Amino acid sequence: MTDLTRFTIAQAREHLRKKDFSALELADAHIKAMETHRDLNAFIVETADLARERAKESDFRIKSGNALPLDGIPLGIKDLFCTEGVQTTAGSHILKGFRPNYESTVSQKLRDAGSVMLGKLNLDEFAMGSSNKTSYYGHVKNPWKARGHATELVPGGSSGGSAAAVSAHLAMGATGTDTGGSIRQPAAFCGIVGVKPTYGRCSRWGIVAFASSLDQAGPMTRTVRDAAIMLNVMTGHDPKDSTSMPTKMPDVEAVLGQGVKGLRIGVPKEYRPAGLNAEVGALWDKGAQWLKDAGAEIVEIDLPHTKYALPTYYIVAPAEASSNLARYDGVRYGLRVPGKSLDDMYAKTRAEGFGKEVKRRILIGTYVLSAGYYDAYYLKAQKVRALIAQDFEKAFGKVDAILTPTAPTAAFGLNDKVDDPVAMYLNDVFTVPASLAGIPGASVPAGLNAHGLPLGLQVLTKRWDEATLFRVCQVLEDAAKFPGLRGGA
Amino acid sequence: MSLDKATVRRIAHLARIDVPDADLEPLAQELSGIMNWIEQLKEVNTDAVAPMTGGTDMKPAWRKDAVADGAQAEKVLSNAPERHDSFFAVPKVVE
Amino acid sequence: MSYIIKGETGDWEVVIGLEVHAQVISAAKLFSSASTSFGSEPNSNVAFVDAAMPGMLPTINETCVEQAVRTGLGLKAKINHRSVFARKNYFYADLPQGYQISQYDQPIVGEGIILLDMPDGSVRSVGIERLHLEQDAGKSIHDIHPTKSFIDLNRAGVALMEIVSKPDMRSPDEAGAYLKKMRSILRYLGTCDGNMEEGNMRCDANVSVRPVGSTELRTRCEIKNVNSVRFVMQAIEHEAKRHIDVYESGGKIDQETRLYDSNKGETRTMRSKEFAHDYRYFPDPDLLPLEFDEAYVAAIKAKLPELPDDKKDRFMREYGLTAYDAGVLVAEKENADFFETVAKGRDAKLANNWVSNNLFSVINTRGITIAESPISAKNLGRLIDLISDNTISGRLAKDVFEIMVETGKAPDAIVEERGLKQITDTGAIEKAVDSVLAANPEKVAQVKAGKEALIGWFVGQIMKATQGKANPAMCQELLKKKLAQ
Ligand SMILES: [Mg+2]
Ligand SMILES: [Zn+2]
Repeated sequence: MTDLTRFTIAQAREHLRKKDFSALELADAHIKAMETHRDLNAFIVETADLARERAKESDFRIKSGNALPLDGIPLGIKDLFCTEGVQTTAGSHILKGFRPNYESTVSQKLRDAGSVMLGKLNLDEFAMGSSNKTSYYGHVKNPWKARGHATELVPGGSSGGSAAAVSAHLAMGATGTDTGGSIRQPAAFCGIVGVKPTYGRCSRWGIVAFASSLDQAGPMTRTVRDAAIMLNVMTGHDPKDSTSMPTKMPDVEAVLGQGVKGLRIGVPKEYRPAGLNAEVGALWDKGAQWLKDAGAEIVEIDLPHTKYALPTYYIVAPAEASSNLARYDGVRYGLRVPGKSLDDMYAKTRAEGFGKEVKRRILIGTYVLSAGYYDAYYLKAQKVRALIAQDFEKAFGKVDAILTPTAPTAAFGLNDKVDDPVAMYLNDVFTVPASLAGIPGASVPAGLNAHGLPLGLQVLTKRWDEATLFRVCQVLEDAAKFPGLRGGA
Repeated sequence: MSLDKATVRRIAHLARIDVPDADLEPLAQELSGIMNWIEQLKEVNTDAVAPMTGGTDMKPAWRKDAVADGAQAEKVLSNAPERHDSFFAVPKVVE
Repeated sequence: MSYIIKGETGDWEVVIGLEVHAQVISAAKLFSSASTSFGSEPNSNVAFVDAAMPGMLPTINETCVEQAVRTGLGLKAKINHRSVFARKNYFYADLPQGYQISQYDQPIVGEGIILLDMPDGSVRSVGIERLHLEQDAGKSIHDIHPTKSFIDLNRAGVALMEIVSKPDMRSPDEAGAYLKKMRSILRYLGTCDGNMEEGNMRCDANVSVRPVGSTELRTRCEIKNVNSVRFVMQAIEHEAKRHIDVYESGGKIDQETRLYDSNKGETRTMRSKEFAHDYRYFPDPDLLPLEFDEAYVAAIKAKLPELPDDKKDRFMREYGLTAYDAGVLVAEKENADFFETVAKGRDAKLANNWVSNNLFSVINTRGITIAESPISAKNLGRLIDLISDNTISGRLAKDVFEIMVETGKAPDAIVEERGLKQITDTGAIEKAVDSVLAANPEKVAQVKAGKEALIGWFVGQIMKATQGKANPAMCQELLKKKLAQ
């Protein structure tokens, strides 16, 4: 029998409708894969029974001719999305045993479209990290290995469980969230497609908050088309989120064949610092050539404040996080460590419940907001953020899309010691500026380095222009003919 | 070093995170390292720049004043580490 | 009349600013659709956002915005077309988010003014610094369990308006007048019910003192959450004296938050707030700036009711009332409305007399509101009509009023039932006059001899004989005629 986990979402959608196999069979195949590959530690919670139940419902709908857009498609949900009745931890000890009595808007939309949730995917604690090593539930392994090496690699972060599960064909697609690159960087590390839509495109309601002005959900899939199919379902206005875009996103699956002929593609020179990894630089040039071959014009552009994006981000995100994470106090849910007073209980609970990186960011965030420092740090960062957004605005006056590498390197070793937090933060150097500007960005797997490890290219467009984003991504994907973990898509 | 031990103790208290005395010094050094790196923002001239306060500049719709939520005490309390009847319970607070 | 405290070193004056937290009248909370009603089971009016469940987001209630703008207009204040919600970060058991969503440097309402009606009829003007919207906290209950505090989040997230005055008040009386006037305006506007006992309107008083003649602002102390006008006035008085004692004994006042203990009549420092706060305010990224245009404000302005100051002016103008009388009537809109119903088409001074003196004294003695008045405005108006058309005498009217208070019946019915109608039939009165004259020949002789004063005695006798029903004027006239014969 054919391995049902080899299909893309688009292919499976066709087969299911033609009744070549059932949604239950498709779910079972993925449940088996999920169980076989527990060594990857991609899932924190597996919901096999629930998946079978939902698959049966899909089969019923398909049989009765009422198939929904994603009926029977097995997906993983990042454990940052609250899922009704299913443990939600954000990768943190402090949410120990938390079972929400509500479902996040995005996971609800996916559910309402007929998709089948396989389980909750591992992540960096509270989505803070670029390696997936900060999860309380243990690190995720990248399914890829360097040719001829047994060294375990990081999947990237924070959506590392999502990237690993999709890459290893445990799920056909997964949700991710991106605050400073948490969809795009792991997608690049694991050789899959990851899309961060415009800030405000996906509702944040029911997603555990990290940095409210930056957090955005998006799809992680093995093809650009699959990402479009998922994103079409995930977006839409949500009155429960004040920052949710009121107007509908244009159908991004429908634009995929349109190509890039006549589009102007910007290549920012600030993204090519001295010492840029040569293979990364070469792939970037190749990507630009592919787009040129497809009829686009390549334009060199300036994004002068690029180098300030990371330090800006490491003020804004921790500041918001320090406040967003104040609710984890051991009173209404999650972990409680007893104390001799209320304050003592708070301090003990939070000391034990939060991991090292989360505490580090809470303390930084508390510091930059505290009396006497606000203007020098937080307000300053907000102003530089405005300059970074203006850089992009100016650039999009000249170009339709921007092409950059997604990450400065390929996946690194799980045991590579990164003692310096700042060195770890540098992983997000190419993804963070777009997060600060709130513009959409995607990573497309574009090639392998000399060790056979995936590298990604990042595409950025102006706010609300996901249509152009997907057109460019599709052209890159077609040209790259990326082999995928199993050779095919 | 931009953050000293006393500052770390103060912000740890503000953030309600217990930090053992022995950890204050190494933490101060680590956080100072990050803050020193952040200091480069001072190079940027932002004199005439309006701060970007959020992720978007849309105008949201306002919610109608209608009761459409609540009446779910059990759901609100179901994850509580400690409760008493329909109350959350915490160590006694002295005012 | 200035309020001066005599100290050992000289005369002192007190400088007072008040912060009022007024609960907005709305069906649902500021940032959630849970009900604002109280007295419900614990945690039953709680949405997941009120309990700060992970991933929950606030959305703004349009009515709360409108109420804040309406209140700002009522305080003749500057309405800011763009304001910003900010997070005030601190940990407390009944603050689920770990921050209060409030407004900081960009409030919805800026500077305004409020006029105080002082007991002596004079008017004082006090500046409003700002008004902002914020969410209320939940409730901690400390007295059920020996070692635990219990948390009820029903109140968490209810909209409050924090209204901050300038430090313009100089006596406890002015502070009292300010709170009464504020309550009056809020109630007229329908933006807050002003009930201090139930905590729907709470007051923090900022108090400092300085030597008379000085213009410096010395260190102030904030007295938190005093729950009646009387207690606010008492607390200020005590706090001012404490400051003077400290200064006169060479001490120094620390800026701090204090509580008023009405039993002991003293303020004391709040123990739990010993450490310095650092609220780390920053704009709430979950809520975009609150923006509206002038048309929005104009539409609210167009629907503003007549407010106490305007009503007072009109009552003085239209009804010829004194400033004091008008001030008393307009303090409560219901009282003013009641008066107008009674006064319409009648003698306004008479109407004011019956409402402000007779009826209010009943209301005050019984401790009820005008809405619970045993006499309706319509019936009180009828009573005045009966006096004016001579159906009953002014003297009898007092009796009828008492019966109305007891029974709630209409005056016409009472007069009819008890046969209290004034006797205006000349024949009947003449008969009564004749019989009184016949029974008192010596007194008749005295009158005829020039003792005119006795006529009053005769009138009294006739009234007695007719159970007070005889028309006094007619009696007088007939008596004079008969005695002149
Ligand atoms: Mg205050
Ligand atoms: Zn307040």
